[in-house]
Amino acid sequence: MSTPVEIRGAALGFGDRTLWSALDLDVAPGEFLAVLGPNGSGKTSLLRVLLGLQPLTAGRARVAGEPPGGANRRVGYIPQQRSADQGLTLRGTDLVGLGLDGHRWGTGLLGLRRRRRLVASAVEAVGATSYAASPIGRLSGGELQRLRVAQALVGEPELLLCDEPLASLDLTHQRIVSELIDQRRRTAGTAVLFVTHEINPILAYVDRVLYLVNGQFRVGKPDEVMNSATLTELYGTRVEVIKVGGQFHVAGAQSALCEDEVHHHESERVS
Amino acid sequence: MFDLELTARLLGLDFVQTALLAAAVLGLVAGLLGPLIVMRRMSFAVHGTAELAFTGAAAALLLGIGVSYGALAGAVVAALLLGLLGSREHDRDSVIGVILSFGLGVGVLLLWLYPGRSVNKFGILVGQIVAVDFADLAALIVSAVVVLAVLAVIYRPLLFASVDPGVAVARGVPVNVLSLVFAVLVGIASALGVQIVGALLVVALMVTPAAAAARVTASPARATVLAVVFAEVAAVGGIVLSLAPGVPVSFFVTAIAFTIYLVCRAVAALRSRARPGGPAEPAEPVVSAPAARP
Repeated sequence: MSTPVEIRGAALGFGDRTLWSALDLDVAPGEFLAVLGPNGSGKTSLLRVLLGLQPLTAGRARVAGEPPGGANRRVGYIPQQRSADQGLTLRGTDLVGLGLDGHRWGTGLLGLRRRRRLVASAVEAVGATSYAASPIGRLSGGELQRLRVAQALVGEPELLLCDEPLASLDLTHQRIVSELIDQRRRTAGTAVLFVTHEINPILAYVDRVLYLVNGQFRVGKPDEVMNSATLTELYGTRVEVIKVGGQFHVAGAQSALCEDEVHHHESERVS
Repeated sequence: MFDLELTARLLGLDFVQTALLAAAVLGLVAGLLGPLIVMRRMSFAVHGTAELAFTGAAAALLLGIGVSYGALAGAVVAALLLGLLGSREHDRDSVIGVILSFGLGVGVLLLWLYPGRSVNKFGILVGQIVAVDFADLAALIVSAVVVLAVLAVIYRPLLFASVDPGVAVARGVPVNVLSLVFAVLVGIASALGVQIVGALLVVALMVTPAAAAARVTASPARATVLAVVFAEVAAVGGIVLSLAPGVPVSFFVTAIAFTIYLVCRAVAALRSRARPGGPAEPAEPVVSAPAARP
């Protein structure tokens, strides 16, 4: 298996604004890398680069040994949760099926039986069998996001790119979805690049962190990056990191750290 | 009003049979495209495209070229214009309104300039199915075959791009190109529809059957089959019913389509009442904003 992600001397900017530069990063098979940083630090842009949707300003990137965009069928992608149209003519199984062969030309009428079997087992693996036949407009955010995991995994990807997949999920579903992703990389060696603004829900699974701030970045184990000295240096202003009960709490520089766009539901839902 | 004997006699006539065949072809194409049109929320775009098919047809009438070629040219140009100018979701709606109204205005001018019989003018607005001759039918069938062949090739990625564009892009589906290709397919189908039900009523065959089907099933495949059946019933049934009373075909086509739609809504309402726990529970509040683009 080729290296899932290989980035050398990469820079990305828009106009005269540089998001990040001189970025070297390798993600190994089965590795779980969290990408952290405030809004506008270029987390999502990094994913777009790896998907071939955004060219680098400098340097080069390889995804599964190919230039970005060349290996998208070997890449799984989990977007941020967003409610589907109420009336959309699409069931959960259809959504998962599109992850399997939606990128292929033709009607796909041949091989329907194999398709049905693969979709059913992917749906079962995320525990969504009971509602997979429902219209997706009628599913809760958590249910939909489980199906998104199945959709991303059904194509047996070598690399899984996740763009804030836990945002707006309740704590139970945050745990379920991150466990499913973790399980996959352990059993199948899929590399995971997980963009998030909140490391605590996935801290147990994270091998390394890429923390992007104002064109600066640090790569390392969570404890090496998530500490007062490193974040103070990155933000250029005093930041206090406290580890309490196995969770990181970042204080200070609130204006720089404040996430105004995405918020997790902090309330646990009774289910 | 519905004289069976007269209807049977008229059904034996060549031009009536040609009309029925043309309607059946249109029903098939409209039924297959319809669910994708509804998923992509393109009803208004279909209406706009049909109006520009009318402009093209009016121009052809004035220039003395075949009306069908004019309609085809108008619709394809419209589809490309809408596809290029309205690719951003938020201004698509207004772009259609702007182009549609100007196109209609030009069409009215062209019709006014046309010195010929006024029945021809009326025909391209509300349809003149019985005027479809054998050459028209051949052109209709060729266009339909082209639409179906292209659709067969792009169906899966097009469905992906229509219902889940974010992930489709990530999987390497050329979402923008497909949008444009689909707009052209819709343009060709609208041009076919203009000759049969007229520019004003194309939506009745392209959108209503699919909208009805979407009420009763969430499976894209089943919705497509149902939409084809509904469109065929409306198109062919509309012509048969219109024969004896001599009422315009358009009325019956739209009335049948509308009735089917109402029935499907009723079925959906009854079903959701029968479901334990009452109607569909409200969706979770959406707190997440669309993914930010740098």
